Amino acid sequence: MRRHHPSEIRPSEITPEAVYRERRRFLGLAAAAGGALLLPPALQATPRRFGPLPRSPLSTNEPVNSYKDITTYNNFYELGTGKDDPARNAGRLKTAPWSVAIDGEVERPGTYALEDLLKPHALEERIYRLRCVEAWSMVIPWVGFPLGDLLKRFQPTSRAKYVAFTTLHDPENLPGQRRSVLQWPYVEGLRMDEAMHPLTILAVGLYGEVLPGQNGAPLRLVVPWKYGFKSIKSIVRISLTEQMPPTAWNRAAPQEYGFYANVNPAVDHPRWSQKRERRIGEFLKRETLPFNGYAAQVASLYSGMDLTRWY
Amino acid sequence: MVLSERWLKRSVFLLCLAPLGWLLAQALLGGLGANPIEAIIRFLGDWALRLLLLTLAATPLRLLTGWTWPVRLRRLLGLFSFGYAVLHLLVYTALDQFFAWAAIWEDIVERPFITTGMLAWLLLLPLALSSNHASMRRLGRRWKQLHRLIYPAAVLAVIHFTLMVKADLREPLLYGAILTGLLGLRFIRR
Repeated sequence: MRRHHPSEIRPSEITPEAVYRERRRFLGLAAAAGGALLLPPALQATPRRFGPLPRSPLSTNEPVNSYKDITTYNNFYELGTGKDDPARNAGRLKTAPWSVAIDGEVERPGTYALEDLLKPHALEERIYRLRCVEAWSMVIPWVGFPLGDLLKRFQPTSRAKYVAFTTLHDPENLPGQRRSVLQWPYVEGLRMDEAMHPLTILAVGLYGEVLPGQNGAPLRLVVPWKYGFKSIKSIVRISLTEQMPPTAWNRAAPQEYGFYANVNPAVDHPRWSQKRERRIGEFLKRETLPFNGYAAQVASLYSGMDLTRWY
Repeated sequence: MVLSERWLKRSVFLLCLAPLGWLLAQALLGGLGANPIEAIIRFLGDWALRLLLLTLAATPLRLLTGWTWPVRLRRLLGLFSFGYAVLHLLVYTALDQFFAWAAIWEDIVERPFITTGMLAWLLLLPLALSSNHASMRRLGRRWKQLHRLIYPAAVLAVIHFTLMVKADLREPLLYGAILTGLLGLRFIRR
């Protein structure tokens, strides 16, 4: 695999883009942190920032979207179907304590506290393009680690062909789950080779901070060459399966959303042309790239497949 | 009486401009969110549909209450509805698609939600053009027949909204229920 395609992935710049673009916000955070020092320890919030993070060479060097855009324009129907609903309702998502069940075709199934699940993994910054099926896109500085590293720890059996993910089901607190807009809980899935691909990560943060609720706290999937709905949020269960697992949007509208959902300008969605996209913050639409610009890394996973049929 | 009617129309005229003013204020204050073009298109479409339903409310209101003033506001409301629909289409063409005519044509032909929206707009166009007294006189009885096109236009507009929505159908179905009610109420007189 060519990991360092020159036109796509370049070494990080001297000043991290995130710091540069968000410098005013960081000043505000620094001031807030100073204020927090005056509070008694019991009233201090848990630290929301991660320490210095290495930037993965798999990051793009395109300009990142603002923290505000990334955290106020979300599709997370559990917290409401409007784009600004998730940010407004994020407080309803209780992320501590949080545990994740790992089961199915693994040698070491079990339910693990999030802290224990994350402990062995070194976090890094991954700046990825995200392309929504609704024909808009962003560039997001995630904090995470490869999903494959986690799966290996639990030793998938030879029968593990797919990975199935499940979002928290908590209709008492999550307002969107009280109506059957989708069949709850939200489920997603990947083929084993997709799950083990180095580009596929589990994210726990963005912009160097703990993930906000509206972006899928405390643990979410990020698969940058697929439409955004594949990157399931607020994961409570990871199951390895022999059969292709059901996926939420495919169940809702199979003619519109396939299992693979690879970004593909050549296959239109019935409601939107997928040839172009609006990068949030830009005026003119840009051409959508096959596999969201990650074709050099992932196209070989699908060699011989008819991507018009397996959309 | 004449004076008060003039003031009623002036007030309604200003009220109909209020959403546009709000939109401009939000645009200037940066209050339209991360995807302002989408927000503008949705907002203009919402108001085109709301004003269309208000236009269709005049006759049922007269039948239920005997009031005649809603009917005298009908043309104003209808023209404002069309005005918002024109802006809706203009923003889609100019800001969203930036005059990419091939892409626009593909949308119209291949995406049912754009097809229905475009048809609704085309049905409203002759109504707006013939909304003056001269046309009423010239067309005579055919004017009324022509203006019945508002019914299919409103149905298409609601379908346009319904087909656009991915999963949460509450809003378009609410408009659909209101439209059904407004059309149904027309039969109560007989």
